[in-house]
Amino acid sequence: METIFAIALGAILVENYVLVQFLGICPFLGVSKKSDTAIGMGLAVIFVMALASAVTYLVQQLLILLDITYMQTIAFILVIATLVQLVEMFLQKAMPALYTALGVYLPLITTNCAVLGSAVLNTQEGYNFIESVAYGTFAGVGFTLAIVLFANVRERQEFCKCPKAFEGIPIALVSASLLALCFMGFSGLKVW
Amino acid sequence: MSGEAKNKPNLFKTLLNGIIFENPVMVLLLGMCPTLATSTSAINGVGMGIATTAVLIGSNLVISLLRKLIPSKIRIASYIVVIATFVTIVQLLLQAYIPSLYNSLGLFIPLIVVNCIVLGRAEAFASKNGPIVSLVDGLGMGLGFTLTLAIMGTIREFLGAGTLFGMQVYPNEFGAMLMTMPCGGFLTLGCVIAAVQFIRSRGKKGAK
Repeated sequence: METIFAIALGAILVENYVLVQFLGICPFLGVSKKSDTAIGMGLAVIFVMALASAVTYLVQQLLILLDITYMQTIAFILVIATLVQLVEMFLQKAMPALYTALGVYLPLITTNCAVLGSAVLNTQEGYNFIESVAYGTFAGVGFTLAIVLFANVRERQEFCKCPKAFEGIPIALVSASLLALCFMGFSGLKVW
Repeated sequence: MSGEAKNKPNLFKTLLNGIIFENPVMVLLLGMCPTLATSTSAINGVGMGIATTAVLIGSNLVISLLRKLIPSKIRIASYIVVIATFVTIVQLLLQAYIPSLYNSLGLFIPLIVVNCIVLGRAEAFASKNGPIVSLVDGLGMGLGFTLTLAIMGTIREFLGAGTLFGMQVYPNEFGAMLMTMPCGGFLTLGCVIAAVQFIRSRGKKGAK
């Protein structure tokens, strides 16, 4: 239980995927203009990352068994791409309401480096099955936290004046920098 | 403009297009994650840039050669397999010959697979053009990416640690540690893109 708590705290605050480790910047900048779409994207990412961590853990065991761990990158990306496709088809049939809510964001998740990143990090850290799933889920929660906070900042920015050259992405990056500065405050937080 | 508009693609133009006019990071805004994460020093940035260039050249060449064989329905999956193969090759080569770079880039080498630049060029350029021009496009885009990373890495390294390519310029204590930290990465990229937008808007006014 203690390790799970440590993993949760680490993945959400201390080593936040977006603001500390730079994983998943593309959706972070791309779909953070409105807070409700940001929440949708965040939920989709949590869902896929939890699933992907579980599946890639099993795939990694299979790779170790066959002694072909150098195939890791290819195997993982294929598994993730297939998984996203399956989740999409399953949700379309079983939970149409959730599907329409997440619809647009699901295909985008394949190229979200946070998903592949968490799969690779899980094997590097040597987590067991439960720890891997916990790490994937909480890293997704960290991503959601960052993107929702950032979306709120950007919503307010709409009404502010800004130098011409900084309009659009540059000012967003500068505000992300300030957000990252806040998250640096958590870096001293160690429970293990 | 770029080579795809003409029957006879201009190789030099394609190359320059990738480096300057359609620079993947500064103009097309693709591949942000590795740009921010690996530009803590100029050497890391250039190393990452060259690794990505190698993958881009290889994947563009192979995809362009296979472009008539791949059915369009499963093309994205096929591209990903080709790209992942090249990433694995680069990963193993780096691990064997430059272990120090391999260790400092760490996680971001396997993550070249999901770098939008590589898949983006496969889809937008290599699937429609011949092998030689695709190869040049891969080289141009890769060099453009390397250039951005080198600029970012140099700025962050100089302001953060007082070094240039590892050489001490002014004492370490005077450096702003912040610049080598994550928030410095966001700040530097924001300012670099703003500078590019400023220059481009000036250029447009001048042309009128």
